[in-house]
Amino acid sequence: MTDDELLARFEARIDRGEKIEPGDWMPERYRSGLIRMISQHAHSEIIGALPEGAWIPYAPTLKRKMTLIAKVQDEVGHGQMLYRAAETLGITREEMIDQLLTGKATYSNVFNYPAETWADVALIGWLIDGAAIVNQTKLLLGSYGPYARAMERICFEEGFHLKQGYDAICVLMAGTPSQRAMVQDALNRWWWPIMMFQGPRDKDSVHSAELLRWKVKIKTNDELRQEFLTKFVPKILAFGLVIPDPELRFHEETKEWTFTEPDWDEFKRVIRGGGPMNKERLGVRRLAHESGRWVREALDAFVREGRAA
Amino acid sequence: MTDQQTTALSTMLLCLADDEYIIGHRMSEWTGQGPIIEEDIAFSSMAQDELGHALGFYTLLHELGADDPDTLVFTRDASAYRNSIFTEQPRGDYAWSMMRQFLYDGAETERLGALATSAFEPLRDLAVRMLQEERYHWMHNATFVRRLALGTEESRLRMQSALTEAFPFALGLFEPYDGEELLVAAGIAPAEDHLRRRWLDRMCPLLEEYGLKVPAHRDGDNWRVDAAPVLGGRQGRHTEHLLGILDAMHVLRSADPDAVNW
Repeated sequence: MTDDELLARFEARIDRGEKIEPGDWMPERYRSGLIRMISQHAHSEIIGALPEGAWIPYAPTLKRKMTLIAKVQDEVGHGQMLYRAAETLGITREEMIDQLLTGKATYSNVFNYPAETWADVALIGWLIDGAAIVNQTKLLLGSYGPYARAMERICFEEGFHLKQGYDAICVLMAGTPSQRAMVQDALNRWWWPIMMFQGPRDKDSVHSAELLRWKVKIKTNDELRQEFLTKFVPKILAFGLVIPDPELRFHEETKEWTFTEPDWDEFKRVIRGGGPMNKERLGVRRLAHESGRWVREALDAFVREGRAA
Repeated sequence: MTDQQTTALSTMLLCLADDEYIIGHRMSEWTGQGPIIEEDIAFSSMAQDELGHALGFYTLLHELGADDPDTLVFTRDASAYRNSIFTEQPRGDYAWSMMRQFLYDGAETERLGALATSAFEPLRDLAVRMLQEERYHWMHNATFVRRLALGTEESRLRMQSALTEAFPFALGLFEPYDGEELLVAAGIAPAEDHLRRRWLDRMCPLLEEYGLKVPAHRDGDNWRVDAAPVLGGRQGRHTEHLLGILDAMHVLRSADPDAVNW
């Protein structure tokens, strides 16, 4: 069969809603697009563990402490599942981690901002996990079997993350003036990174068209952003919180939101490593990786020398 | 139960709860920072178990008339904490954390096994439930300590130095507490000395089997320890490492003393 025939057959399968599995023929750009997307997703989970993880020692109640550990543990677990899904495409976890640590791979920009207060932790759990759920429930419908299946479990756990974040916000908003002020301050700082979370505007998105056709992506960035706003803006306002965008409006006739564009130059700057926490985040990961090298070597040696019983 | 027995039981529960809480806190310092992803997850998981055990003990204590668990955890000064000095030591390298967990969970398994036949029913029920989780900790810890002790020269050296350093601290888990003899006489709790002997019998041969040198030697049927135990925790004497943990825990509450809920 020629490549054109293979491609036609591949696309017909996708159109029929079939899942593509690891041994199946796939175009090189499908494979590389998926590797880029899944590994970026995995890196985001691993790096995403850091801003919240930093707050574990400060958690103000036993319940919050246990919940936060469980939540961050899930994120790390998602990283593991996603690295495994990506490995089915012919890349190793070590290669992906190397790409992350050397700055070749990217991860979600949102984690390059600092979690300054306890309200940030609550808000991240609610709105950033909320934004992630908007994306990930779509990825469930994606064409690549291992990724879609990983997403089933991930979406289930993200639902718990969202609830614990929302619960923490509820408690703070029902609390003292300074607890409420802390939430408003967190929203003021996180609103713009959150508005960038779904990625660049469709007209500036370089990878989208082909990945949409192959159901690697299901919805465009702009569509996802609209859905996020529809889902969360009413809930944010119901708390009496003020969204720091006076231009944000819903239009009944078009069923669309209009808003002030976030600073897309900042988005590019942060992606290239210029965000407030890029160096810190990678620094922590590098240190953990280097400090753990002897452990990995010992485990390898143990297996290599046939001691594993 | 007599008033004196209740007081002694409360003291013991506080020792156990504080041990579980403080070691759970230390373990959670690996969350997001583990040497491999799987171990990151394992330590987070065990940390939650230990904190859950702490909550169980604090709740029982509360039912005996003490403050509620969060008040107990978040408002006491270091001198009111009864955890062993062992548990408050910094997480160190992964060898130290892994060795501490191995020694600690070994002691916990012995203790819970004994408490599973306690004359005090609520404690007995709690111990039976906790033992189920400890079984997994034990399997995990033994697997890793063995692999790291037998892995490479570097890993062996690290595990040996962790063992040599941790062992005297670990003996502090069996430090006597006020009223111990009352609980032993009533069949509510085991004697610390008895637990210590069972623990040595369990741990020392295994560690030797893994090629590590234990700071203890056989003397007839018993193990005689060649190191002085690090004591004080059960009397409220601690190292400055506990202060660091408590300071972090108090940050939010002291910044907003009017806040009732978090």
